[in-house]
Amino acid sequence: MLEGMETLAPDQVNEGRPPGSAAPETIRLQPTKGFSRVLAPHELWRYRDLAGQIALRDITVRYRQTLLGGAWAVLQPIGFMVVFSLFFGNLAGVASNGLPYPLFSLAALVPWTFFANALLLGSDSLVANSALVSKIYFPRIFMPAGILVAGFVDLAISLVILIVIVLIWGLTPSLAILSLPLLIAIAAAAALGTSTFLSAVNVRFRDVRYIVPFAIQLWLFASPVVYPSSLLDEPWRTISAINPMVGAVEGFRWATLGQGDAPWDLIGISAVSAVVLLFAGLAYFDRVERRFADYV
Amino acid sequence: MSAIKTHELGKRYQLGLYKRGYGTLRESLAEVIRRKGPDESDYDGPDYLWALKDLSVTIEPGEVVGLIGHNGAGKSTLLKLLSRITEPTAGYADVTGRVGSLLEVGTGFHPELTGRENIYLNGSILGMRKAEIRARFDEIVEFAEIERFLETPVKRYSSGMSVRLAFAVAAHLEPEILLVDEVLAVGDAAFQRKSLGKMTEVASQGRTVIFVSHNLAIIQALCERGVLMERGEAVADGPVKATIDQYLGSLERSASEDLLDRTDRDRRGYYDTQIKRVEVRGRGDGPPDVIVAGEPGTIGVELTEMLPTMECRITIVDGLGQPVTTFDSEISASSDVRDPELGARIECEVEAFPLMPGRYRIDILLKAKRQIQDGLQAAGFFEVQPGVVHGRPTPATGSDGDVVFPHLWRLPP
Repeated sequence: MLEGMETLAPDQVNEGRPPGSAAPETIRLQPTKGFSRVLAPHELWRYRDLAGQIALRDITVRYRQTLLGGAWAVLQPIGFMVVFSLFFGNLAGVASNGLPYPLFSLAALVPWTFFANALLLGSDSLVANSALVSKIYFPRIFMPAGILVAGFVDLAISLVILIVIVLIWGLTPSLAILSLPLLIAIAAAAALGTSTFLSAVNVRFRDVRYIVPFAIQLWLFASPVVYPSSLLDEPWRTISAINPMVGAVEGFRWATLGQGDAPWDLIGISAVSAVVLLFAGLAYFDRVERRFADYV
Repeated sequence: MSAIKTHELGKRYQLGLYKRGYGTLRESLAEVIRRKGPDESDYDGPDYLWALKDLSVTIEPGEVVGLIGHNGAGKSTLLKLLSRITEPTAGYADVTGRVGSLLEVGTGFHPELTGRENIYLNGSILGMRKAEIRARFDEIVEFAEIERFLETPVKRYSSGMSVRLAFAVAAHLEPEILLVDEVLAVGDAAFQRKSLGKMTEVASQGRTVIFVSHNLAIIQALCERGVLMERGEAVADGPVKATIDQYLGSLERSASEDLLDRTDRDRRGYYDTQIKRVEVRGRGDGPPDVIVAGEPGTIGVELTEMLPTMECRITIVDGLGQPVTTFDSEISASSDVRDPELGARIECEVEAFPLMPGRYRIDILLKAKRQIQDGLQAAGFFEVQPGVVHGRPTPATGSDGDVVFPHLWRLPP
């Protein structure tokens, strides 16, 4: 009677089932306590395609209908580099470990921009997608995580530009550059831990929206982006590495500019601190995730 | 194995927060300082609402079940729990098989993405694997009739197009259990018919479907079994016809009680004024709420308070939940009267009720200060008795349709 009715033959009905689910499993929906979702890999694995799609969406959408597109990934750190070089490098004469100040700050701004954007967009991700969160079930962690993954694309672009500028400047990165994956992992873990926590709080308290941009500014100056961490006296220099961005930023400088000694002490402390931050963020997220739809 | 089995399933909301949406950090801290937190006994108090309570139902695979009930009876809450959007507060539900929901089509769309990109995104949001979407891609595009706009961002789509695309993706989801909430109220008539056909097809393929709609005719056409919900509890469960009859009976009872006691008001309301009483008066001194077909009448709405710039919308709905007509004071005519002597009352004079004999329901929506103040479905009922429309007696009851047009025939002798 209607066109729609002839589209499928009856024997095709279950063709679309995911493989391995011939006998559908029974899920018990009940009040849960403790850690049940984020830290349940089985659940995340079941929704892996969605995770990919959300990350893809965040990547595609980020610079759509912008004139300069992906160039923004580079313009942001370059712009800060110019401003910082003028004010901190030239006017204030901030020390830069004997490196040209523009390079000194750009090498720090690349991981910093990645971190700051993941934090800014990630902490608003659940609220920005509230229509989805209140209408459809999926592991909510995909929202802040998708933002982080999309940020990797920006990071890759700006990293390439950084290396090119370093080479043009006549410096050659050493083998230290092989430590970049570890340093990126530290920044990513810190960003994900913080943004999952803040995105979850944001669902209940929109105060987060006002706190985050401000906190990022403070965090920038609490990290050795415009100044070298050697400006701090011991033991403060070592203690400051509890801020995971200290190890990430100083490590990035060492790894990409190929100068100076490896700051392994800072990297080590920051790595531990980033992992702690990540698990604390995920644990909080997991505890409150089940009630997001009621509040968002 | 049942498809769905719930055991004393319950969902409690905290009223203040539920209404306000979200609080600020300061408010919450103040609350923490004031008192330590609710005792178990508080949960039955006025600050909490059990949107769903002690619900135990079993639905077998292949059953097509209609959920019927007032606004706020717990139908949507049940669907939200079953689709895992939110978690129950008490009890449990065992769900066997993949659940797909058509709770609100198109929520997963991103305006900046093209139609093609959105099909993949929305498909995986609804729980489809990538390979599945690829396999059904052409079918979806064809069903939605958007071939030419596949590479256009969805924000450039007309609303009709995006609704069609959204429904097409959702309809090709093919889950074992499908939850449907009021989706057929979208799109143009032709697409609605097509969607309804798709639903019938889904239902006839042995999949489990739970269906929520205010349109009782659609429920009756699609479902074998009906569950009537009232204040979060299932009060009737059986063949769909019997459940619908019981619902209609309860609607009439609720219209005859004091309307101010009703709790199923429009949630968007500001309630500065509320609907107190609704009455339909025919010509002369006849009994209230009885109209003779073809004759004039007045629908009177009494309110708790009269506010300036008040507007009122009255919808007349037939016995199966199909709207027949709407009177909307916002669409004004020069003959409308603003009467300061009227008091807390709005009247709608109707020149003639060219309706088929039967019982009709009145739904009311009140606006003032540019806000919805109150809304009530089944605020009143009236009976249309056989009469004469434009010189011709009304057709016998049981004939098709609700409306009698004035007309005349030209026939061979």
